[in-house]
Amino acid sequence: MKREILCFDNRPHFRAVSSVVGDKENDGPLSEYFDMYFTDTKIGQLTWEKAETELVRHAIEILFKKSNLRSGDIDIIFSGDLINQCTVSTFGILEQGIPTLGLYGACSTFAEGLLLASSVVNAGYAKRAACVTSSHFCTAERQFRFPIEYGSQKTPTSQSTVTGSGAAIIEAGDVIDEISKVYINNAMIGIPKEMGITDANNMGAAMAPAAADTIIRYFRETNTSAKDYDLVITGDLGYEGHDILKKLLCDSGIYAGENFTDCGIMIYDTKKQDMHAGGSGCGCSATVMSGYFIKQLSQRVLKNILFIGTGALLSPLSVMQGLPIPGIAHLVNIRVD
Amino acid sequence: MNKKDYIKYSKSHAPSSPFHKNFILAFLCGGTICTIGQCFFELYTFIGIEEKNVKMLVSSTLVILSCVMTAIGIYDKIAKHCGAGTLVPITGFANAMMSPVMDYKSEGVITGAAAKMFIIAGPVIVYGVISSMIYGLIYYVSTLNII
Amino acid sequence: MMYLKAFLIGGLICAFAQILIDHTKLTPARILVGYVCGGVILSGFGIYEKLVDFAGCGATVPLTGFGHCLAVSVAESINESGFIGILSGPLTGAAVGLGTAIFFGFILALLFNSKPL
Repeated sequence: MKREILCFDNRPHFRAVSSVVGDKENDGPLSEYFDMYFTDTKIGQLTWEKAETELVRHAIEILFKKSNLRSGDIDIIFSGDLINQCTVSTFGILEQGIPTLGLYGACSTFAEGLLLASSVVNAGYAKRAACVTSSHFCTAERQFRFPIEYGSQKTPTSQSTVTGSGAAIIEAGDVIDEISKVYINNAMIGIPKEMGITDANNMGAAMAPAAADTIIRYFRETNTSAKDYDLVITGDLGYEGHDILKKLLCDSGIYAGENFTDCGIMIYDTKKQDMHAGGSGCGCSATVMSGYFIKQLSQRVLKNILFIGTGALLSPLSVMQGLPIPGIAHLVNIRVD
Repeated sequence: MNKKDYIKYSKSHAPSSPFHKNFILAFLCGGTICTIGQCFFELYTFIGIEEKNVKMLVSSTLVILSCVMTAIGIYDKIAKHCGAGTLVPITGFANAMMSPVMDYKSEGVITGAAAKMFIIAGPVIVYGVISSMIYGLIYYVSTLNII
Repeated sequence: MMYLKAFLIGGLICAFAQILIDHTKLTPARILVGYVCGGVILSGFGIYEKLVDFAGCGATVPLTGFGHCLAVSVAESINESGFIGILSGPLTGAAVGLGTAIFFGFILALLFNSKPL
């Protein structure tokens, strides 16, 4: 039988996390947990792409400041974003001179990065690995939807791209502080699932089947159930996808109760902020995980969580050609003793 | 759940747009823009401009107003609530031509701004010209028959 | 009275498009293309001219009016210059609106920067 779970026996653990967000995210309920925020959507740059690069650059700088490490201490970095061929995050880490692997997993990229960083650290190929992802409302809007000033109306199922960047350093070895007690126990790579959704404004419905598939497989392989974990956190299904996920799990005999939550729902206060079905983008789960949940774990408010990064693997081209939108969901089990 | 059932389920699950609110706002906003146009029409007629030119001037005035509102960033704010009420009038057409220029000038004023000007409005022009040429051909043939 | 008629007809044309957006699979771009072609066809049958007489700007300001403008212009050009009018007519009709939008849109767009809501 094939091995579906990646077990990390050498306890790859966090060394530092950082999160940088924009204005709207800072107005949300998690504002106090983020390391830095910018009110200017262009961050003093000429283009939004450069502004997103600045987000990545600041996330990396804060990471080094917090961990007292230099770029020479990082053996490999996994980076990703949503914009054409991952150029934005590449420019953000360019000056560090670290061996880099670029990732594209849409909104699941942060989970993919954590999974890969833990894998290389656990295998001993790297002493320390970092991962960083970013997204920006304006760059994503330009790439996937309409020009910023174009008068368009959003549907209730559409999600708003988070402006933000999250980063983490994973290492193996000595436990030196509270955050390094937070370790990645195991992980599961997602299988792309396509259920015929073609509406690019309903990514929650496109991603929910992939998330359900990963969760069902994980519970089956590990012989555990939802109540064995403090929280089961999906990446950015939003209200729409989160509801559908619960129904899909229910159909498979898994009760998805109060301990199911979603980064896309948490990042905005949808009652006050007009964000439709919630947040999305690489920066969504990255900032919520590194800003909020990893801190909750290091303070031992939470002890054992499942983080399922979800992504909708669409491109402007595939949507225009009428192709359905496959979803993907990578799972990471993060614990503290 | 198979694909067909899932598509059906996801459609039934998705909250629908607030129909009455959208309809009323589109009606009010579209009506208001047309009434503003009518005001200019009466004004231009009043100051003694020829009727044929008045129609063109009204379009130009509305287009310029729309461009100014797009430039200072309020057209999209109104459009968010009014939907088709701002999309269908000629003001929406001007907004559709101008907004990509504002965004894509970061890729240069020739290959960015100018080249992308018609990414949204282009189809309207293309299909408008083609359909009216077909109409023209029919009209031309019909005039021949009369002779 | 003309103001009221313009308001009602213009509002209804827009509200019908809103129904299409909310309740059919049609995207806004397709609806606009449909509106322009619809305007041309209705003008061809002489129906739209009556609507313009009735509602003034309520019929000319929506995109159907743009289609009407193209169709009227084609007919005029053909009357004036025969066959070549089929080719010159459409863009002659669109010239004023299109020209204004290109000129003012481009200049203003270069002067102002877009910002998110």
